[in-house]
Amino acid sequence: MHYHTPASFEDAIKIAAKATGITRFLAGGTDVLVQLRADMVTPDTLIDIKHIDGVHDITRTSDGGWTIGVAVTGAEMTEHPELAGDWPGLVEAMDLVGSTQIQGRATLTGNLCNGSPAADSVPAMVAAGASVSVRGPDGTREVAVEDIPTGPGRTSLAQDEVVTAVNIPARVAGGGDAYLRFIPRTEMDIAVVGCGINLVLDGDTITQARVVLGAVAPTVLLDQACGDAIIGTTLDAAALERLAKAASAACNPITDKRGTIEFRTKVAGVLAQRAAKIAYGRAQAGGAS
Amino acid sequence: MSLDDVKTTGFKYVGTSPDRPDGLDKVTGRAKFGADAYAPGMLHGAIARSPHAHARIISIDTSKAEALEGVKAIVTRADFRDDLRGDHWNVLENVMAGDTALYDGHAVAAVAATSVLVARDAAKLIEVTYETLPHVTDVDEAMADGAPVIRAGTADKSVPEGLHPNVVRYHESGHGDVEAGFAEADLIIEDHFRTEATHQGYIEPHACLATLGGDGKGDLWCCTQGHWNVQKICSSLLGLETSQLRVTASEIGGGFGGKTVVFIEPVALALSRKTNRPVKIVMSRSEVFRASGPTASTSMDVRIGMKKDGTITAAKGVFRLQGGAFPGAPMEFTAMCAFAPYNLKHVKQIGYDVMSNRPKQAAYRAPGSPMGAFAVESVIDELCNKLGLDPIEVRLKNASREGTRASFGPTFQRVGLVETLEAAKAHPHYSAPLKPGQGRGISCGFWFNFGGETSVSLALSMDGTVQIVVGTPDIGGSRASMALMAAEELGIPYENIRCTIADTASLGYNEVSHGSRVTYASGLATIKAARDAVKKLCGRAAAKWGIDPEAVDWVDGCAVPSGPNAGDFDPMPIAQICKSMGRTGGPIVGHFEASPEGAGVSFATHIVDAEVDPETGKTSVVRYTVVQDAGKAIHPAYVEGQYQGGAAQGIGWALNEEYVYGKDGRLQNDVFLDYRIPVASDLPMIDTVIVEVPNPGHPHGVRGVGETSICPPLAAIANAVSAAAGVRLHELPMNPPRILAALARRD
Ligand SMILES: Cc1cc2nc3c(=O)[nH]c(=O)nc-3n(C[C@H](O)[C@H](O)[C@H](O)COP(=O)(O)OP(=O)(O)OC[C@H]3O[C@@H](n4cnc5c(N)ncnc54)[C@H](O)[C@@H]3O)c2cc1C
Repeated sequence: MHYHTPASFEDAIKIAAKATGITRFLAGGTDVLVQLRADMVTPDTLIDIKHIDGVHDITRTSDGGWTIGVAVTGAEMTEHPELAGDWPGLVEAMDLVGSTQIQGRATLTGNLCNGSPAADSVPAMVAAGASVSVRGPDGTREVAVEDIPTGPGRTSLAQDEVVTAVNIPARVAGGGDAYLRFIPRTEMDIAVVGCGINLVLDGDTITQARVVLGAVAPTVLLDQACGDAIIGTTLDAAALERLAKAASAACNPITDKRGTIEFRTKVAGVLAQRAAKIAYGRAQAGGAS
Repeated sequence: MSLDDVKTTGFKYVGTSPDRPDGLDKVTGRAKFGADAYAPGMLHGAIARSPHAHARIISIDTSKAEALEGVKAIVTRADFRDDLRGDHWNVLENVMAGDTALYDGHAVAAVAATSVLVARDAAKLIEVTYETLPHVTDVDEAMADGAPVIRAGTADKSVPEGLHPNVVRYHESGHGDVEAGFAEADLIIEDHFRTEATHQGYIEPHACLATLGGDGKGDLWCCTQGHWNVQKICSSLLGLETSQLRVTASEIGGGFGGKTVVFIEPVALALSRKTNRPVKIVMSRSEVFRASGPTASTSMDVRIGMKKDGTITAAKGVFRLQGGAFPGAPMEFTAMCAFAPYNLKHVKQIGYDVMSNRPKQAAYRAPGSPMGAFAVESVIDELCNKLGLDPIEVRLKNASREGTRASFGPTFQRVGLVETLEAAKAHPHYSAPLKPGQGRGISCGFWFNFGGETSVSLALSMDGTVQIVVGTPDIGGSRASMALMAAEELGIPYENIRCTIADTASLGYNEVSHGSRVTYASGLATIKAARDAVKKLCGRAAAKWGIDPEAVDWVDGCAVPSGPNAGDFDPMPIAQICKSMGRTGGPIVGHFEASPEGAGVSFATHIVDAEVDPETGKTSVVRYTVVQDAGKAIHPAYVEGQYQGGAAQGIGWALNEEYVYGKDGRLQNDVFLDYRIPVASDLPMIDTVIVEVPNPGHPHGVRGVGETSICPPLAAIANAVSAAAGVRLHELPMNPPRILAALARRD
């Protein structure tokens, strides 16, 4: 196994382009090193991206959005009051990952690029309308978060491409987000169902809604029908009823050791309702609490 | 006072909770656990395991593995004895497969190499050719017509004709005429229950370091609940003289019954013999789940008849336990414990021991009892609901007491069930209001407790301090309890006593630390050894004073004349006698060896409040109270720890822990991420009430406490969840999908 610590993304992709066998980037390592020790994936090349300038920064952009470096940890996000104020749902989703120890290492980018359909931060990022900057030999492109995962453990990234940052849009007035997951225990578990929702209100009426489900299909699901079920409403009982139905209908889950098809389908509706209520409350409060 | 008097009141040290003697070692990392041993020239072992649930082993090609640099030896079944029969053959067959791999994870070969990584890589290079066979992992399916036969001819003589060959043992017990009893009932409820296998979940994986030379002399360091048993079995499997193998028990990171047997130890010894080098093996968590012993899974039918006033008229239970690909599922314990809390005129219990393609089950805390209690106490709860009766009053009405003929045969001596029920009834928990969505459940539970071979020696030092040497690994704080009991007898401070777990070369045979026997049996032996030492101390004082030894008493750590007629001498403290012991007759050591038979059975009553989210089926245990008879709590904080630990493990078993097998017969959840043991935040503060009804068979009144605490939780939680959800749950674990499905079926 070859271990590299490139000082730039340019070097990182050069190493990746030349590498043979299995290559992994090393951010927090909470997936990579665990899979290595469990004998699931033994990389031939390990490219540690934590020594690259700027990867540890959380930066406010000129348009009021955020750029989150690819080595920023969950704990650093939680302890950033302005980011957490703008995007409480996204920060809470990342904060659900693992334990205190894991929080000191785990990153948004790692959570996304590991390709798990149950990754907690991914539905919240998609709900927020986040994108990632992807650098390859031909330059940098910006890709919507929902276009990165292509199936369990797979992404649309090429062998010689690396994510250089996560871009979160500006929080607009009257907006609010939330993420909830279902696990049978209280912590240290993998989402059986996850749901991230981002709403924008005009007065009490929902004008925009992004409803995203996790762990109920091979990839994260951004479902327009769920959004449509509540747009134009004040999230009244009938709207919530429609939302639950739409969320359950959007599911394409499997039965496995973590839950059954019936269970995931039902609970997706329940979580969508609960997350929508939280996001709605936050939006009413101005989107900044 | 005669030295053999039983003392159950007026204690000075017993009943206090001083700091644990191993505490500093454990928080500073100085304590040495199984994996903490190293030896010069040491090799590392790794085990190749079957990926199939059931497969004939056609061939094992080790050439590629042997060619890997750093590989020193490979062993297969051929490196062990080939003339074993009975139990030891079964142990060997589990430790290393013979001609058939019997479960996913079954060991088929092992390698020793210069590093852990090389050993693991080499294990992957061992090429095993399998012919897969049909498999079965479910207990009911394994008993059904047409199920694949695990091993023909295993059944013993107890099994009635006509049963599937996978049924290997049968048990029947009880008394009276159950049909006559059912005829007297106003209401009869019969129901079917199932529980899944759960793992003991000890935090420390199995680990050992073995050294065995061509001369047949060996040393073995391992984490175990019983090193004499390890010595006996390993020497048998490898064909050694027992006394030539010295076994030392490490500190132990939990066992709960799962470390009463051997898995890797004989393999490490075989590799060491072949390489002439020390060999260390440490299991991974996945290996622990796949290839050490979980508990049995069950399928049970229970039928109970009750009169309108709550009197149980008859009870019958059928208990089928699957214990993996070997005989030994503890179905007789399930059957014998199930109805033990109740004074029944008509009772009958039947047990089946069933083989399947799963790992060989191992003891898990009161093996067999919790499952039977789950079924029985659920039916009693349902009867109380239907008849509008208070569940504690009904249990009090039918409770086993002194003189009750137990459902499993003998007549109970002094027992404390009624006292636990009264204490539960009086506890504020039982009358506290419940919030909407919450339900309360109660359950009783029973465990036999045990004595077994025990040998203790207690040596006095020149300064009057004391070393106790016991042979029962400390899995629950027993070193502190031994020191407290010795302090009480010797009249010296707890801090002046150090208790050590000796290796097999230092004492006579000691039975494994199981059956909640240690504080009872090693405690009894420690007390008797202390009394033996006191007698010798008194003898030295008598000689000095020139009086009869019978005229000397032992009071507060000093020899004193027994009365005015004995003479007028100042008290002679222990330190003074010990200082001159070399000149007054030599070292002073107290001994005791026996197989004590007065273990006192123990009962508990648990109260649980659970809250169920009707939309997701998720359960939270919001309040939990354990009430249990300890006989005498030597170190109450440790006793509370045992009560809480049993409840915590019971919560896991009841709600989310389970062995999940795929259609291919392979274990799906072999890591803690997916084997859902409770985390700290899943548990409420578990309240405890220590009831003390002394056991007449122990000099300080001790009963065992370690196992009874896991007997009531499954049923108590099931009763609480069923009350909260408004629908009866018959199957464990009561995980969210199962609860939602039950709610959907009801609506
Ligand atoms: C005990 C424990 C509990 C956990 N609990 C949860 C949980 O509750 N929820 C959850 O969603 N996950 C959980 N996880 C999984 C893991 O912690 C998360 O997925 C985490 O966010 C991964 O981030 P990382 O920085 O550690 O990624 P790494 O392990 O460093 O990398 C993960 C993947 O991302 C790729 N990658 C990393 N950086 C880049 C980059 N810049 N460009 C392209 N590819 C990249 C790597 O090649 C690798 O494939 C848990 C893990 C553990 C060990």
